[in-house]
Amino acid sequence: MRETSVPERLVVAEGVAIDYLDAAGHATTAVEQATFDVRRGETFVIIGPSGCGKTTLLKAIAGFLRPTRGTLLVEGQPAREPGPDRAVVFQDFDQLFAWRTVRDNVVYALRVARKMAASAARQKADAMLALVDITRAADKYPHELSGGMKQRAAIARALALEPTMLLMDEPFGALDAITRNQLQIELKNIHERTGVTIVLVTHSIQESIYLGDRVMVMSRHPARIREIVETGDQSDVESPRFAELTGKLRELLVHREEELDLPAEAII
Amino acid sequence: MARVRRTLRLPAVVRYALLVAVILAIWQAYVTLGHVPSLLVASPLDVARAAWTDLKDGHLELATYNTLVNLVAGMLIGTLIGFALASFAVFSRTGQDLLTVLTAVFNPLPSIAILPLAMIWFGLQPKSIVFVVALATIWPVALNTDNGFRTINQTTQLAARNLGLRGWRLVTGVLLPAALPSIVTGVKAAWAFGWRTVVAAELIFGVAGSAGGLGWYINNARYYLNTSNIFAGLVVISVLGILVEGLFGFIERRTVVKWGMKRAG
Repeated sequence: MRETSVPERLVVAEGVAIDYLDAAGHATTAVEQATFDVRRGETFVIIGPSGCGKTTLLKAIAGFLRPTRGTLLVEGQPAREPGPDRAVVFQDFDQLFAWRTVRDNVVYALRVARKMAASAARQKADAMLALVDITRAADKYPHELSGGMKQRAAIARALALEPTMLLMDEPFGALDAITRNQLQIELKNIHERTGVTIVLVTHSIQESIYLGDRVMVMSRHPARIREIVETGDQSDVESPRFAELTGKLRELLVHREEELDLPAEAII
Repeated sequence: MARVRRTLRLPAVVRYALLVAVILAIWQAYVTLGHVPSLLVASPLDVARAAWTDLKDGHLELATYNTLVNLVAGMLIGTLIGFALASFAVFSRTGQDLLTVLTAVFNPLPSIAILPLAMIWFGLQPKSIVFVVALATIWPVALNTDNGFRTINQTTQLAARNLGLRGWRLVTGVLLPAALPSIVTGVKAAWAFGWRTVVAAELIFGVAGSAGGLGWYINNARYYLNTSNIFAGLVVISVLGILVEGLFGFIERRTVVKWGMKRAG
């Protein structure tokens, strides 16, 4: 798919700005002048300091909120209501339905979002659980799983929907370092196998380079695009190119930020 | 320390049964050895005998049945209205205001205090009892359900919308199960209020003919100075209470506890 000479632009954002009402009722700008595109088949990473508005941008693509200004096109149409074509994986474990087993979470999603028959949905669900390697937890309830297993289940549910895009909001942010690394490797494998387009929000430089084809660096609140860095496929974290990109991204993130209070792990 | 551990190893049911047996023995000894007039305090054996007699001829069953019918009818009506109020409150500002005002006014009011009014409106009919029971159950159900809907995790809701769920299917598929812990809490509280109210209402109420419940049974026994029958009525009320609590515990273990939405109590 990546051989296509002119990559199809799944998301086209031009001058997107998003305001929101804060607790005091004042309109505050979360994102400003965002112009970028997401190409079919790539992993597009949005990185920036915590609370800078990158999640807001992802939510706009998902259809949970609308841009205040500018145009945001998804597959050539203004971003529609939320739907399974843009499946979201959140950081928060509560994205799984607590009253359904892991398998039933996937089956239910297929039944309501893809109108699939019960038996077909079950087959598909089992295939997806195998893909993310949690078949043995299929009959468990979410609260019985570790954080990493919960995120695997959430990824299985999202992938089962065969979305045009997989939107991931700091999906590994709440996991310990070892689990996070493991899931990064598996996500990269899944991406290679399925070719699904991924938009990933993170504040880890390492994660952005390892997973991303292109990394969009955003500034502190209100978020503006600093630069979109073509990182390409970097699977070797020990390579000089990886180190070079790490330096570049760190420079961009720190650039002009007097009081940088990024969490320590973000600058690994 | 070692000794405490050993007693703790007995199953809870056995420990409780032992405790009850000891208390009953002390009670029996107090009445028999203390020569307490049986008109004042009936001994456990007298109570058992009285209960057995009234169970054999069906008096006690009928009274229990009548009480349960009133309770279930009142709780059904109250729960439905409570649900409706909570849903209205979640979907509109006016509904929220209405719920706030109504609960502020009626929640502190013991619904048994409405019984005289109910008797004027509905007469000396079970309808009056059903009415006050319904009034006792609406508010705990409405308040807890409303709270349950309001505190549903944001991410759970976003995940549901991401699947394209809207309207009624969003409510039944995700919002209701997500709010279930609060809903169960509300119905449990409603049962506690309703149970006290139905017995109290029957006590005051009397009720002509054969439609008397447990409250009436106790009051009737007092009228004839059948102290052991008063105790028998109280025992039935208590045992039923324990059974219903057990039923709620069972339902919770099979749902919200199993799903990790509520800790085992």
